[in-house]
Amino acid sequence: MSTPDRETSAGLVIEVRELVKKFGDFSAVNGVSFEVSGGTIFGFLGPNGAGKTTIIKMLTTVLRPTSGSIRVNGYDPLSEQRQVRSSFGIVFQDPSLDSEMTALENLELHGVLYGIPSGARKQRTETLLKLVELWDRRKEFVKNFSGGMKRRLEIARALLHEPRIVFLDEPTIGLDPQTRNHIWQYIKTLNAEQQITVFFTTHYMDEADRVADEIAIIDHGVIVSRGTPGAIKAGTQSGSLEDAFIALTGQTIRVEEASSIDRMRTLGKAWGRR
Amino acid sequence: MGPQMRVIYILCLRQIKRYMRARARIIGSLGQPLLFLLAMGFGFGPIFRKAGGGNYIQFLAPGIVIMGILFTAVFSGIEIIWDRQFGFLKETLVAPVSRLNIALGRTLGGAVVAFIQGLVVLVFCLIAGFRIEVAALLPVALLAMFISAVLFSAIGMALGSVLEDMQAFPLIMNFLVMPLFFLSGALFPMKGLPEPLMFAMRADPVTYGVDSLRGTLGRASLFGVGTDLIVLGAIATMLVSIGAYLFSRIEL
Repeated sequence: MSTPDRETSAGLVIEVRELVKKFGDFSAVNGVSFEVSGGTIFGFLGPNGAGKTTIIKMLTTVLRPTSGSIRVNGYDPLSEQRQVRSSFGIVFQDPSLDSEMTALENLELHGVLYGIPSGARKQRTETLLKLVELWDRRKEFVKNFSGGMKRRLEIARALLHEPRIVFLDEPTIGLDPQTRNHIWQYIKTLNAEQQITVFFTTHYMDEADRVADEIAIIDHGVIVSRGTPGAIKAGTQSGSLEDAFIALTGQTIRVEEASSIDRMRTLGKAWGRR
Repeated sequence: MGPQMRVIYILCLRQIKRYMRARARIIGSLGQPLLFLLAMGFGFGPIFRKAGGGNYIQFLAPGIVIMGILFTAVFSGIEIIWDRQFGFLKETLVAPVSRLNIALGRTLGGAVVAFIQGLVVLVFCLIAGFRIEVAALLPVALLAMFISAVLFSAIGMALGSVLEDMQAFPLIMNFLVMPLFFLSGALFPMKGLPEPLMFAMRADPVTYGVDSLRGTLGRASLFGVGTDLIVLGAIATMLVSIGAYLFSRIEL
């Protein structure tokens, strides 16, 4: 059930204008505008608490903006939720698999939620699980998977319904260099072969430098720099993207309050569930 | 099956699978009703008989079956909180399906699981000496059990949609679920009680679940099985709507 692409100005798949999100008095996102061209790999960088995840939530229809406009694949996430939702696949920052089910069951559920006919679902499941090297372990419970395996499964799942755009919110966090390399390889392959637009965030600057066609750096809810990795480095006269990032966003460590979800996670561990 | 029906079906199936796989949970949630059945049933049996109430197990068992359904169903609904914590909720919330269908699938799944739990408790009641008096009414009893399960599962859904974390869980158990159970007339007859207590018992939806089972498994319905089923059905419909509405408003 893929939604037809809507005609967009100059092949843009994401257009954001003057986006604002306030939580009480605090402005998490403070007038952000940017656009992403179809088929590119777009890196969205920023310190903790800069507003990256908040923007992804608004782009993916799960959070209402305070003001501003958004177009994803030509559709409005507020009034055309269903079209937007079937246009993208997402790997969230936190795990989002059902660990009490097998890899195959997780993909089956996703396929049904996205209305993929069962023949196509089975065939794509096989292709994708082979791509992320989990086909042999498809009947195992996800709770027995390592962090890297879970991430690979989430990537396969995000691609199952053949989305135009894939959002990856820190897809390689906590993974070893081998797994990280593999994951970026799958993503680049998919981007090159199927022209999927990739929108990702990461704290690994070397990854962003190697993979991204274009980068936006956000801090305190506003975009402080945009361009190709080369242009950003040149603009700050830095040798590496990491130096450029520090030059643009400063040395201070950001304070981030633990959300209720984090507190609950601690509690959940104390209760010894899963 | 249409695509929307398939969504409801697969989410319902997910909960049944999770329940069947969690053996510790099945045994754990059997503990409480069985404890009540054995301790109360045999402990108060002689007094109940002397007071002219007849066989206490025969009186108590329908209430214990409802208890098994109530606790399992509310807990299944509250599982949304775990799904929120462990992230799976996000997967369903960004899918291109209506939240109403997700909510219906979840409510139904919780209800089926609670219904199965109720059947298991019923079997234990039979072992403990409970006798079904009119076998022909058994299908009606099963229907009453299922409607009750939907109702309680919807309560859990509504709570799980509003609560952000598990901190409030003991609060819900002690100030909502336990009172609903104790006020349902599961343990004592609704006769000669103070008027405020009678009023509270009539306002408790669980009362009608217990009464419907007393009328179908035994022969002692207070309100009449027809009335019970109508009340249960109406409250269930209302609560499922409320639960679905609250679920549709969840933001991440």
